[in-house]
Amino acid sequence: MGGHWGTADRALLRDAAAIAGAAAVIGLSFGAIAVAAGLPGWLVVAMSLLVFAGGAQFLAVGLLAAGGPLAAVAGGLLLNARHVPFGLALASPGPDRVLGRRWPARLLGSHLMVDESVAFALAQTDPGRRRTAYWLTGGVLFVAWNAGTLLGVLLGGAVRDPATLGLDAAFPAGLLALLWPSLRDPVARRVAVVGAAVALLATPLLPPGAPVLLALAGLVAAAPVPRRRLRAAVGQ
Amino acid sequence: MTAAVLVVAALAIGTYAMRLGGVLLADRVSLPDWLRRLLPLAAVALLAALAVTAALTEAGRAAGVARPAGVLVGVVLAWRRLPFAVVVVAAAATAAGLRLLGVP
Repeated sequence: MGGHWGTADRALLRDAAAIAGAAAVIGLSFGAIAVAAGLPGWLVVAMSLLVFAGGAQFLAVGLLAAGGPLAAVAGGLLLNARHVPFGLALASPGPDRVLGRRWPARLLGSHLMVDESVAFALAQTDPGRRRTAYWLTGGVLFVAWNAGTLLGVLLGGAVRDPATLGLDAAFPAGLLALLWPSLRDPVARRVAVVGAAVALLATPLLPPGAPVLLALAGLVAAAPVPRRRLRAAVGQ
Repeated sequence: MTAAVLVVAALAIGTYAMRLGGVLLADRVSLPDWLRRLLPLAAVALLAALAVTAALTEAGRAAGVARPAGVLVGVVLAWRRLPFAVVVVAAAATAAGLRLLGVP
């Protein structure tokens, strides 16, 4: 593969490593918090391996500690429901397809579907680099998240609160940086702004997870302005 | 403890089912062209909503000052086309620094 590993790929690797570093520390705090909440260490490690979705894991552990196992499942699944449209976007037939028809790739690739791997893939314009970005980011994050969790379980309260390191700001900033190239398109920009505004307004009113799904309402902003109304507007 | 094991199992199975479900559905149903064009936009809308709510809210309420300020620094640097690693580290450092100064 030698010569194919160009500067663009190296930049990709560097970016993936940056987000993985943050994920490892957040995983560390997740491991420590989950053990402190009373979960056995092996179960915390298994959760990170099998669920592999940070937001849902924090939410579920919090609700479980508060004595609501059903709410923990419902909240976690609601938060993760966004993976259905992600999967549709990644596997839609066409030249931009990230996850192909081969079963090993589908089965493994689905498990590596997280916000960052989807955003990294979307940020690439070339189909080949799209796939590289998806697998690289997903794989690196999987390793980092699980290594971090294991370390957190073993070390206990080393980094209990990721906020002291400012990691709660790193995740949204990273996500927005990844989205930036897609937002150069005016339609995508409209959809993103309307979707984010709807989710933000719904956040105080709805359970966690639901507001983000409501952001799909932002897609109405993709509708072209009807010709008839346009003609009416210019008085023809 | 048994409840916790069941919760983790249900979350693991449910999450994987939703991840794989979308991927398999993409082949099973032939989506009309307009809908297929909307899918990348749907991902953009979801990710933007996730980023903005994570930046500005915490447990359904406003997230204070340090976190949004850190994210804002990150966004400005991303707009100035600085490397991704710089964006992430600067956002975290800004939030951590502000908290060190006592900003919520």
